[in-house]
Amino acid sequence: MTVLEVRGVRKRFGDHDVLQGVDLELDAHEVVVLIGASGSGKSTLLRTINLLERVDDGQILLGGDDITDPGVDADRVRARIGVVFQHFNLFPHLRIIDNVTLAARRVHGMPKDTAHARGLELLGSLGLGAKALDYPDRLSGGQQQRVAIVRAIMTDPELLLLDEITSALDPQLIGEVLDLVRQLKSTGSTILMATHEMSFAREVADRVVFMQGGRIVESGPPEQLFDAPVEPATAEFLARVRHH
Amino acid sequence: MSTGAAEAAWQPSELELSRRSVRRRASTRSVVIALISTVVFAGVIGLALVGSPGWAVVQQTFFNLEIGIESFPAILAGLWVNIQVLVVAAIGVAVFGTLLAVLRSLRGPVFFPLRALATGYTDLFRGMPLLIVLYLVGFGIPVLDIFPRLPAVVWGTIAIILTYSAYVAEVLRAGMEAVHPSQRMAARSLGLTHAQTLRIVVIPQGIRKVVPALMNDFVSMQKDVGLISVLGAVDAVRAAQIEVAQSFNFTPYVVAGLLFVAISWPMIRLTDWASARLAAREQSGGVV
Repeated sequence: MTVLEVRGVRKRFGDHDVLQGVDLELDAHEVVVLIGASGSGKSTLLRTINLLERVDDGQILLGGDDITDPGVDADRVRARIGVVFQHFNLFPHLRIIDNVTLAARRVHGMPKDTAHARGLELLGSLGLGAKALDYPDRLSGGQQQRVAIVRAIMTDPELLLLDEITSALDPQLIGEVLDLVRQLKSTGSTILMATHEMSFAREVADRVVFMQGGRIVESGPPEQLFDAPVEPATAEFLARVRHH
Repeated sequence: MSTGAAEAAWQPSELELSRRSVRRRASTRSVVIALISTVVFAGVIGLALVGSPGWAVVQQTFFNLEIGIESFPAILAGLWVNIQVLVVAAIGVAVFGTLLAVLRSLRGPVFFPLRALATGYTDLFRGMPLLIVLYLVGFGIPVLDIFPRLPAVVWGTIAIILTYSAYVAEVLRAGMEAVHPSQRMAARSLGLTHAQTLRIVVIPQGIRKVVPALMNDFVSMQKDVGLISVLGAVDAVRAAQIEVAQSFNFTPYVVAGLLFVAISWPMIRLTDWASARLAAREQSGGVV
């Protein structure tokens, strides 16, 4: 079953074409990893899917519904998608448990007790149960990002968008966040993620998509794209990344 | 934990102990110097005042203890009116000011009239002297004859709410705009509506950022409630005025002034303390 369908999406900021006709499909339980240099359009693509940016052309379908239709209720669409940002963006004035249960209670109408119990269960399974009543600034970056992921999956979204979620973390904290993504994959989440972690992309992705200059240059299974890229641009990008 | 045991075993070195004793001596010396200079300063001012040719007259007219004690109960009763006005006005300003701030931050062409109205309102009332607002509201609106007859205190309170809401709305708006856009983005991504995002995420964080400024406005309002006396409400200032008219002595004004200082002083100290705490938290340690 197709969860997400992106058809010829274009986005322009000023006179800069950030997305120049992107086509992409995601099936249920599929993990697709976007790679590419900064400014290649990965984040913008994720933001248009979540309706944080309006597309200038093309169509995006979520579960078969055209979410780029002007008549669509953007809040309802966003409630169906879970997003995790590079800089966590937890709400600093709310305790961890309130951060995690906010959408469940206020958007999905889950009773407070149920939301609380489910939030504690999820936090507990990640070893963060003891932090439930703390405020975000008491947690390490890795812990904050894992809380942000719990916040995003609390309401069982149809699709998870992860936007360079390890880019702001120290190397020793990256591992704990990636472990959680592995866990999500094993439970069947549908994930579209942008990342600079190539070895992780190779391990976890069902499909890797290489973007450059607002276009998808090449996509395929990780072994093929990493070991035998067809396009010269892909090979060049991979060579540059590997030398770091 | 093992680090805890290590901490317990740690004893400051000779070097650290000598540094501490130097710092202690320096701070003792500072305190002594501050004390001496304060006493000298106060002494000089006091002598200059008491030694001035007109001091006897000033003392008799402004600092007459007997008249002060005599007028105290009436002024205190008036002050109770001021405190009631203050409490009601503070609540009114909180509600109306927040509403104005939200209206000014609405986006989209649909809300243009509301946004323009709120902007015009804050421009007008921040520019207009409170005294004139008091006259217009207190003497103008009753003449319209559409409201039942209300005491002057009520009109005075309304005038204060109208003026101070404009200031508070601007402070709140600044606070809301200081909340990082990524917070809005995170909230909207969860499916929260614009209104929910404002209420649950933006306003609580925005208010935190402007607490010192809001407290400053409150202190300012605390003394401006004394201006309702111009409408004839018998508050502390008006009560003092009546006493002055009876005794031909200005001491009751001094009494009223000191009473206003007394009620605002706790809030002033609290404001300082809150600002200092905020600064300390944002700098997270350090000696500069």
